[in-house]
Order: sequence, then structure tokens, then C-alpha cells
Amino acid sequence: MSGKIGSAIKRREDPALITGRGRYTDDLKLPGMLHAAIVRSPHAHARIRGIDIAAAKASPGVHGVFTAEDVNAAGLPGMVPVGWLLPELKTPPHPILASEKVNHVGDAVAVVVADERYQARDAADLVEVDYEPLPASSNPKKTTEGAQQIHDEAPNNIAFDWEIGDRAKTDAAFAAAAHTVEVDLTNNRLIPFAIEPRAVIADYDGDRGAITVHMTTQNPHVHRLLMCLASLGFPEHKVRVVAPEVGGGFGSKIHHYADETIVCLCSIKLGRPVKWTATRTETNLTDAHGRDHVTHAELALDEGGKITGLRVETWANMGAYLSTFAPAVPTYLYGTLLSGQYDIPAIHAHVVGTFTNTCPVDAYRGAGRPEATFVVERLMHLAGEATGLGPAEIRRRNFVRPDAFPYETQVALTYDSGNYEPALDRALELVGYDALVAEQAERRKDRTRPQIGIGFSNFIEACGLAPSAVVGSLGAQAGQWESADVRVHPTGTVTVYTGSSSHGQGHETTFAQIVADKLGLEVDQVEVVHGDTDKVQFGMGTYGSRSAAVGGSAIARSVEKIVEKSKRIAAHLLEASAEDIDFAGGKFTVKGSPESSLGWADVTLQAYLAHNYPDDLEPGLSATTFYDPSNFTYPFGSHICVVEVDPETGNTRLLQYVAVDDVGNVINPMIVEGQVHGGLAQGIGQALWEGTAYDEQAQLLTGSLMDYALPKIHNLPMYTLDRTVTPCPHNPLGVKGVGEAGAIASPPAVVNAVLDALQPWGVRHLDMPLHAEKVWRATQA
Amino acid sequence: MYPAKFDYVRAHSIEEALQLLSQHEDAKLLAGGHSLIPMMKLRLAQPTTVIDIGRIDGLRGVRRISGDDGDTLQIGALTTHAELAASAELREHAPVIAEAAAAIGDAQVRHRGTIGGNIAHADPASDLPAALLAAGATVHLQGPSGTRTVPASAFFVDLLTTDLGMDELVTGVEVPVRGEGTGQAYLKFEHPASGYAVVGAAAAVSMRGGECTAASIYLNGVCATPLDGSAVAAKIAGTAADDATINAAVAALTAEDPLADVYASGEYRAHLAKVYAKRALKAARDRA
Repeated sequence: MSGKIGSAIKRREDPALITGRGRYTDDLKLPGMLHAAIVRSPHAHARIRGIDIAAAKASPGVHGVFTAEDVNAAGLPGMVPVGWLLPELKTPPHPILASEKVNHVGDAVAVVVADERYQARDAADLVEVDYEPLPASSNPKKTTEGAQQIHDEAPNNIAFDWEIGDRAKTDAAFAAAAHTVEVDLTNNRLIPFAIEPRAVIADYDGDRGAITVHMTTQNPHVHRLLMCLASLGFPEHKVRVVAPEVGGGFGSKIHHYADETIVCLCSIKLGRPVKWTATRTETNLTDAHGRDHVTHAELALDEGGKITGLRVETWANMGAYLSTFAPAVPTYLYGTLLSGQYDIPAIHAHVVGTFTNTCPVDAYRGAGRPEATFVVERLMHLAGEATGLGPAEIRRRNFVRPDAFPYETQVALTYDSGNYEPALDRALELVGYDALVAEQAERRKDRTRPQIGIGFSNFIEACGLAPSAVVGSLGAQAGQWESADVRVHPTGTVTVYTGSSSHGQGHETTFAQIVADKLGLEVDQVEVVHGDTDKVQFGMGTYGSRSAAVGGSAIARSVEKIVEKSKRIAAHLLEASAEDIDFAGGKFTVKGSPESSLGWADVTLQAYLAHNYPDDLEPGLSATTFYDPSNFTYPFGSHICVVEVDPETGNTRLLQYVAVDDVGNVINPMIVEGQVHGGLAQGIGQALWEGTAYDEQAQLLTGSLMDYALPKIHNLPMYTLDRTVTPCPHNPLGVKGVGEAGAIASPPAVVNAVLDALQPWGVRHLDMPLHAEKVWRATQA
Repeated sequence: MYPAKFDYVRAHSIEEALQLLSQHEDAKLLAGGHSLIPMMKLRLAQPTTVIDIGRIDGLRGVRRISGDDGDTLQIGALTTHAELAASAELREHAPVIAEAAAAIGDAQVRHRGTIGGNIAHADPASDLPAALLAAGATVHLQGPSGTRTVPASAFFVDLLTTDLGMDELVTGVEVPVRGEGTGQAYLKFEHPASGYAVVGAAAAVSMRGGECTAASIYLNGVCATPLDGSAVAAKIAGTAADDATINAAVAALTAEDPLADVYASGEYRAHLAKVYAKRALKAARDRA
């Protein structure tokens, strides 16, 4: 250990990125490259009576116009697959280009390829599709009652009907409850809005029968696998997927989209590289959205405010098709988190996943866990009011006690570690709770004044996906380990090949810190390579806050193996036994005789010279690890949000936001804080501003940044952050993951704060986003 | 996000711009481009020719001019919002315009967008129109038959429609220097997505010896053109303009056919108009 772990060094990747020298997919120009524009349905639901491509084909600069017929003619399977299965899941076909019916606005029906993108865009307007509009639906609950049938395979538009927990035991808890609270809520649909739009460049090599695809992906190997299995049908060794710089994803670049194979089709047909970059309108219409639940939830408590049962009924909007990991999100990533930080003896959750004529919904920062946290923490707020215990005490009485770990919940998870009360105590201290409560009481004397609201959120998440056998038993069609190939060069510097592909998280810095720390090197002596299926053997990618916990652990394991081997080489050179070699600070010493030592580079050089070398050892110094964790990790935290609500306008102003997180050991505190900041902004955005709206015909009303409000810096407070540290007990670094914490915790903290401010008006619940008009109307009732 | 095909020409003088306008059908003038270019990218505007007037000399900046009816400030049509917001002359003599300009968009928009382009586009949720009205501004236009001036109150005709002729361009805006004892204020309720005004209230209040001698209040964002609060102002003039008077006076503000979008209904906008009229009038009074 040389202190590199725990050091807030600046991100090495940033100078290039912030000076415009980052090379993203759209920056790449291949010789002879053409440009594609995708023709998309303007209707939410319509039968296709015919497609006339003649005018588009004759348009200037156009090389080809392709439809579903061409997919079949080219021999591609042409189907977008589902990567997570549930019992009795309905999996209607999702062709990459629609030929019979379109099922949401933005569904792809044709593609135009031209010399330049302007020509392609103009020609796309000339593709004439004869549509017969059909009734459409957008609401996840109402869609089950509507007359419109979206897929023949899914009667009443139900994709799955799933439950977890013990219904009878839970019902009994409610029958015996001293207090019950309930709430009907929605979890608003969100558009991911990665700054970089999705983009693909496909380059087909007919002589080799191979294709190279540069694209915006969070998991190049998974993309390659899904394309080879279902949409493109090429053998895996003939496909190279490369992720250049990727400008954010928030989950939206995990999924396999039709567009990726459509662009491959173009390159195969034309024998030239073809680029497609989504316009902002296209990303908003087609990047898999997040959330969109309608939920009824109830909590049962005993006389003393101890929770006895939790009952949840949720309708989850899947959109028009099942996106890659969509079925997992409102089930195993949601139902299993409903115990929160609390010891709840009986839980039952029933989730109905439904098809609607909307953009598919899939994992988005937090993926199921924000939805679960929102349900639990809204109920805790209401329980605090109903029992008179208040928001802090109701939580204290129900926390899983620190001596109860490992704690088995009623919803399939075993929390490995946790210590919840110190985080709450620290948050209360940082926010200045007693003074705030006094100020709030003072303001409440005059309801015309801006009112103070204080909102709590005590969240837990399960991340670091996860034991492969466990996720496999739950329906995942992929493993959930991560790989790391650490190669030491003869001169002692190191290149790490990781399957954990960065899209802005800072892997190039964080992963180098792990290696530098353990080998006594400078961070600059370690290079991190990722995002190329030709360079990295296989990897599962970056999502679910898993990179440090799983990808980092794989690297740490590989480094351990390298240290092991290098000690044997050192022992040979120092004429000692390997057990007697100490390695610290880049130096090998013999126990008891500190004067005989070797530097790191002396040993690495000998590993490659092998002139003076142990007989039973192979030359070379590298190690590969496929790290499969033994459990999820369980970060947690205690957040308190303070708002001021102006009853005259309904506007909410954030006064304070305190976040005390426990993400285990921290490799780079600056990057961790940055992740918390970003996550908080995203969750606050969901609570106050972001709301995807579809009209009755399932047309997207919030398709641009003129209507869809992302959080803006001048509307956010200075955050107050702190941490407690409860290391993960089962991975070599003791890290738990931080990428999603802020986005999971903050929506209920903000909503609880606003509802607390509205307490004088007796308002029990309002749905997100808490737009000013909604809040104002609540004060007018 | 790709505009339809168009031709681009650059004008080097007002005369050349006017000539180009008369030569090209479906032409649009481009100044800062912050209204036109987004419309073109969405293909809501598809001009065949874009005439760039952005580099015409002499149309930029704020100058004080002495006149028989008192001094005025002459604002060139190509003056950017950032220049308006930073102008010492405006901040001193017509602060409502500087404040409204500072409330527009973000720093990039303010450094490209111009006052001429802004008012010619006449977006109802833009910040400058009500401010010009409250400041008593006049718009200067030039066409093939010469120059003319239009009071701001007659310039904004309807949604995205002004008194500007197809063959004319805006050359500048003239604003009277604020009188002794006159306070001005611009207060805005910003749309969380677009940054445009859900409601933007521009007020001017003149006080002499504890009595309000004149008041004006106009609001952006509420209706197709700036909402005229003369009825409110009339109830304040001649009083001490105390809080109670202003609170009562704003009840006279009525919004016909208020705008509505996903974020704010017409009813809510009409309510906000009263709240912001009240707050802006009080702020202006306090500065008088």
C-alpha cells in the first residue's frame, strides 16, 4: 500500500475531454464513409400499408434506402433480443425495421444512406409510409383495460405478472396492525439525456466476412454478444465492437438498439463504412426511458411504531417492446429492495409489467432501486406523521440493528453489512435539525409566508452486480462477473485491460490508483485500456455501480497474483524462500535482513529476461482474473433535504441538501463526491422538474429541452456531503459502489421536504415532478 | 436537427441588407441567430435565403443622445443581451432593460443574441418586450422608403408578429432616460426547461413627495403579446403606492386567452401574472 488508494488525485482523462480533444464516435471519420438517417414512425400505433422508397432513392447523393425486406434478403435474423427472462414473460418479436406495424413514435421503418448527413436527412423525408393509425395507450395501468392490443402474444398488454414475498403473512400483519398508512403514487418517466447522443459507425469487410462497429456503448462485449445471437447473426469472432470516448449513458447505452444493426445492414449492403448519429429529437424519442411506475403501497405498524408489514402493488410501463434488461428492473431490482434500511417482518410486492405505445423503458441510473426507495421513504414519512413519532424517530425504531448483520430480508436479499443510525445522526447534526424545526414552527404561524420543509431519505441499494449464479437463477441471460488482465512490462510499468468500460466515470484514474497503490508505482506508470472487444477478452461493462466493486476487485486480484509470482522471482534472485520475501512500496526485501532488497523493476525485467530464473516458473508477468462476487454490495446513506415553498407561486427553492453516504472504502474521494453530486442533481431533477409527458395519442409532449426540464446549476444548492465507512466484507477492496446513490436517495428526500412544507394545508401526497403549479394548486384546495 | 437547404448572403450595410431582402423571396435576416437557427434546425422555419446582418457597422452599442424632450438612450439593433446587461448607461437610466437582458437564457445566448433579433422574432415568452414597454421605448425601423419609428406598444402585434414590414429591418431602440424619482424592476418566473419567462413582469413607478405620479406594468409570457397592466397602474397613480394599494390594484389585471403549455396552464399563468405584477411594482417603488 503506497497511499494511492484514498487519494483525491485529479482525473487523468479530463484535460483531453474538457479541451475538446476527446474522440467520440461522431468524431471518427473512416475513408469512404457514408451517412445514414433513420425513418421513424410519427404515429404511436399504426399498421403499415405500404412503404414507397422510390423518391428517396432518386434523391441527390443517396446510395441506398433499406427496409425490412432488405434485412431478410441480407440473411440477418434482424430481431432485437431480451436479455433477462422472467417466468411466463411474454416476449413479442421486435424486428429492427418494422414491416407490419409500428408500436411507438420513433419506431424505425426504413433507413436512408447518402454521401452526407444533410442529404440523408432530406431523403428520409421522401420515404412515403402509408400508415393506418390505431388506438394507442401510454399509461401502464390503463393499458390493461384499453381496447388496443399491441402484441398478439400479450393479451391485455400484460408482459408479466410477478410477485415476491409472503402475501398471507403480510395480509395477517395488516389485519393486526395498530397503525396503517397508504399512498397512491407514480414514479415519473424520465428521459436519460446523456450529453452525447447515441452513434454508430459500421464498417463491413466483405473479404473477411467481418464487421467493425464503433458505437456508444457501456458494455461493448455484451453488445457484441446480443448482436451475434439475435440481430446481426454474425459469429462472435467476426465482430469487433469498439467504444471510443462515451459521453455519458446513465444506463441508456447498456441496451441493444435496433439502430445498431440497422447501420450494420447499411454497411453490409453498400460495402462502405456508414455512420449514424442520433439527433437530440431521436435520442428523446428512442433512448430507453427510465422509471414510469403506478403504485399503491401500504405500511402496517404496531402501537410503538415498529413496522409489521409492507404491501406493494405496482404497474410498470415496459413501453412498446421489452428492452435489453427491462424485465429485471421493476422486479428483481425493485421488489428486492423494498425492505430499505428497515427490519420488516412481512413484505409482499406484486408487479404487473405492461406494454404501451411508448418508448421502451429500461435501466436508468438506479434502475428499480430509486423506485423502491421512493415507495419505502414516502411511507416512512407518512408513518412518522401518523404515529406522531416524526421522521427521525420512526426510522430509528425500525433500522436493522448493527448486530443483526448479515441480515436476511423478506425479499430475497442478505445485507452483508450496515450501520444505519450513525449516518442519520451525522446528517441531523450537519443540517442543524433543531434550529430548522424551530424556524419551521415560526413560519407555520403565517401561512402566507414561504414555508420550510424538511425531508428525510434513508436509502439502501444492492449493487456490484453480482454473483453470476444468483442473477442466472433470477433470469439474467448473462454472467455478472468482471475481467481484468493486468500486464506488467519488462521495465515495470503496467497496462490494465479491463472489461469494465468507462463512459465518464473516471476508470482511467481510479483503476490506475488501485494498481499503483498495490505495486508501489506512480499512477502515471499505469495505463488502463477498455472498450474494445479486440483488446479485452470479455467484459460485462459499466452499470449498476459495479465498476469499482467488481471491475476493481478483478484488478486487485490480478495484482495479487502478480505480486505472488514476482515474490518468487525475487526470492530466486535474493536466494531466499518466497515466504520470506516482503513486498512493500515497490521494494522486495528478505524478512530479517533488510539490506538485501530488490526494486520492482529489477524483478519485472528478470521476469522477461529469464536469465537468472526459477526452474519451475514460466517467464513473463501478467495475470488475468474473472472476478465473480459472492454477494451484492449494500451502500446506504442518510439524506436530508431542506426546502422553502412559496405558497403564492408554488415554487420550491432548495435551501440545503445534506448527504451522508456509506459507500465503503473510497479509492478517489473527489471522484466519489462527483458521483454523489451528479446523482443528487439527477434525483432532484426527477423530483422537481423532469417529467416525460405523452398525450392521449401517446405522442411525446416533452420531446425537446424547451419542454423537458433537466436540473440546472443555478437551481441547485451547495451540497453538504459526508461519509461513514462500513467496508464491504466480501471483496478485496472493501468498496461498495457510488454511481447511483445520489439518484436513488434524493427524490424522496425532496418530495418529503415539499410535503412537509405543505403540512399546514393537510396535503398528504403529490406526484413528481413537483412543478410549481401542482404545489400552488395544493395550497388552494 | 438538420435545417433544410438554404442560401447564405452577408450584408455589409443597412442599404445592402434592404436590397437583398427585396431581391429574395422567403428570405430571413440573421443577426445573433438564437431564434432563427433553432427554428431552422427543427424545420419550423425553412427560408430559402439567410441574409446575415450581424456584421453591419454602427448598429451595435448604447449611446446617450440629448433631445428637446429630454435625453434618450439609442440602442443599436445588433447590441447583444450581454452588452445590454452590462451597459452602465442602461443600468443607470433604464435599468429594467438591463435586468431583463440579464435574465435571458444563459451566458452563451446572451453573448450572441441581439435586441433587434429578439424583438423582431417577438417570442411571447421573451424577456425584452415588456421591459421596453415599461421603459417607454420606441423602435426604429428602416425600409426601402426610408426610416420610421413605432412606439413599442404598437410594435408587438400578435404571437411572433410585429409591425415590421417584410421589406424592413429593425435598426435600433430608443429609450427615454429614467426621470428623477422613477424606479424600475424586472422580475421573472423562469420556465425550468426553456429558461424563457413563464411570467416576466416589468414595472416602472415614479414617486414624488410620497405620492406616486406615474406607474406602468407590463408582463411577458402571459399572452400572445406583452400584457398591458395600465388598469393596475391607474389604480396606483395618485396614491402613496403602499403595499395594500398595490395588492388591491393587481386584481384589475386580466389576461385574455392566456398561453398554456405542459408546464403551466393559462389559469396558473394568469395567477402568476398578478403575483409578479405585485412584486415588480413593489420593487420598482422601493427603488424610486
